[in-house]
Amino acid sequence: MDNWKDNRSVFWTLAGPGTFWLLVFFILPLGFLFVMSFSDKAIINGEVSITEYDYLTGISNYIRSVDTLYLTIIWKSIWVSALATVLCLLTAYPIAFGICFASEKWKPLLLLLVVLPFWINLLIRTYALIAVFRSQGYVNLALGAVGLGPYDMLYNNFAVIFGLVYVYMPFMVLPLYATIERLDKSYLEASLDLGASQFTTFLKVTIPLTMPGIITGVILVFIPCLGSFLTPDLLGGANAIMIGNVIERQFKAANDWPFGAALSFMLMYATFAALMLRAFLAKRSAGVDV
Amino acid sequence: MAEQMKPGSGPLDYGNRLWLKVLFGVIFFMLYVPIITLVAFSFNTDRRGIVWRGFTFDNYVKAWNNSSLIEAMINSLMIAFIATLIATVLGAMVALMLWRFRFPFKGAYEAFMGLPIVIPEICMGVALLLFFNETGMMTAVVAMPWPLNLSNIIIAHVAFCFPFVAIVVRSRLVGFNRQLEEASKDLGASEWQTFWKVIVPFMMPGLVAGALLAFTLSLDDFVITFFTSGPETVTFPVKVYSLVRRGVSPEINAASTVLIVITVVATVLAMKLQAPQKSGKG
Repeated sequence: MDNWKDNRSVFWTLAGPGTFWLLVFFILPLGFLFVMSFSDKAIINGEVSITEYDYLTGISNYIRSVDTLYLTIIWKSIWVSALATVLCLLTAYPIAFGICFASEKWKPLLLLLVVLPFWINLLIRTYALIAVFRSQGYVNLALGAVGLGPYDMLYNNFAVIFGLVYVYMPFMVLPLYATIERLDKSYLEASLDLGASQFTTFLKVTIPLTMPGIITGVILVFIPCLGSFLTPDLLGGANAIMIGNVIERQFKAANDWPFGAALSFMLMYATFAALMLRAFLAKRSAGVDV
Repeated sequence: MAEQMKPGSGPLDYGNRLWLKVLFGVIFFMLYVPIITLVAFSFNTDRRGIVWRGFTFDNYVKAWNNSSLIEAMINSLMIAFIATLIATVLGAMVALMLWRFRFPFKGAYEAFMGLPIVIPEICMGVALLLFFNETGMMTAVVAMPWPLNLSNIIIAHVAFCFPFVAIVVRSRLVGFNRQLEEASKDLGASEWQTFWKVIVPFMMPGLVAGALLAFTLSLDDFVITFFTSGPETVTFPVKVYSLVRRGVSPEINAASTVLIVITVVATVLAMKLQAPQKSGKG
């Protein structure tokens, strides 16, 4: 690797455009949003203006965002995301485990099958779920055939959680697969040889050794769940709104951009907290590195 | 005791355990049934798309004749195409820079490059909406002729796509043997010639994989486009969103199937190119 001082012109040519793009079209907009979160709608001639703002008036938007109504929604977003993450982990672990122990012939195909849905448009996958779950959907048709239902499976928390698990599971499988694949299988043999049962071995050897993969997977699923907008919007409707939907409403229907900006920053802080937690946990856990 | 081991009974032979196979079956069933039914029902004659009534291509014809849907699709492809071009160039340059140079605060710079990947999409979407509004770009761009009226969306797509390209290209560059570069220079090639004749050919699989990744990311994006598109410009996911809100229809199934086919082909291609090469090339 060269020192950047050895060839400054090449360094700046390569670094310039990308850095510029990110600064102007990403960091600067975030700066605008940050300023907006401390602003208020301007009051012109005693009326609240729709398009004008008084900038940097104070933290009133943040105070409003910790109002019970919004705290409830933030709290609900957190537990819905946490539950979806746990369910993802419970379904993804056996999948990743199975792929690692599958024959070499099957491995690439199985991996492709897990990852492929991830590449299909999020909106289309969510739409596909609506067709399955709606009151005249396939699940209810199947249940109806055996004399059950129909049940309302859409527009509630169940639909949102199922949708999140469905949509984000590949994010969990990949890091788990990466760690389990690198796990030295002789540890498992040793544990079984020394008399531990399969269950004990799994609990005391496999899980601790694959902990880094679990942590990465949990964060990779939890963060997009927390910030999700589309899934709760289409599957949850008005009954299961999450923080993303509230933000969208402030910027579209409610037209309260300063408050929406403050909520966006609350969401970003929560995201960064999750990332820092990951870094902290990864440092403490001694297992196979991802 | 020389007991014959049946498949699946070895202590570590989990891959052949029946319960794991059953679990696999169930989870893959849940993953694929919604998508498969979506595709299957795009060929259904029933308008409401609930019961299977017979095979037809009518929905595709209808989707094809639906001018707003086609317009949205053309917009999406145009955006994806231009955004991919820019993102690939920017991403490759950043990757080359990170691969070649050592500089102060490199770790911080890498974190900065990763920001668009970790920040919730909705935050990036509203930030860009605000930015385009406050700088007057929104009104200015909407008045421009096609395809310039898509500029804001393209700018936004480039911003979240090129860090992904940089990651893919950089992981390809890690395997580069720098002695090849030295050999090229020893043999009299200039820095520029070495770059185009040695480094770029080596990067090529990474470039193509990164470009295909950027293309699918751009084509798929809903949230950021939803906020950065003006009222007049509609992309395919935004159009589908507005249709889905009004209910399920076989036409959406047909249009979605087309999009699924495009992305699946692009993904499989990208994976093939990214797979470690077995031959000694490169």
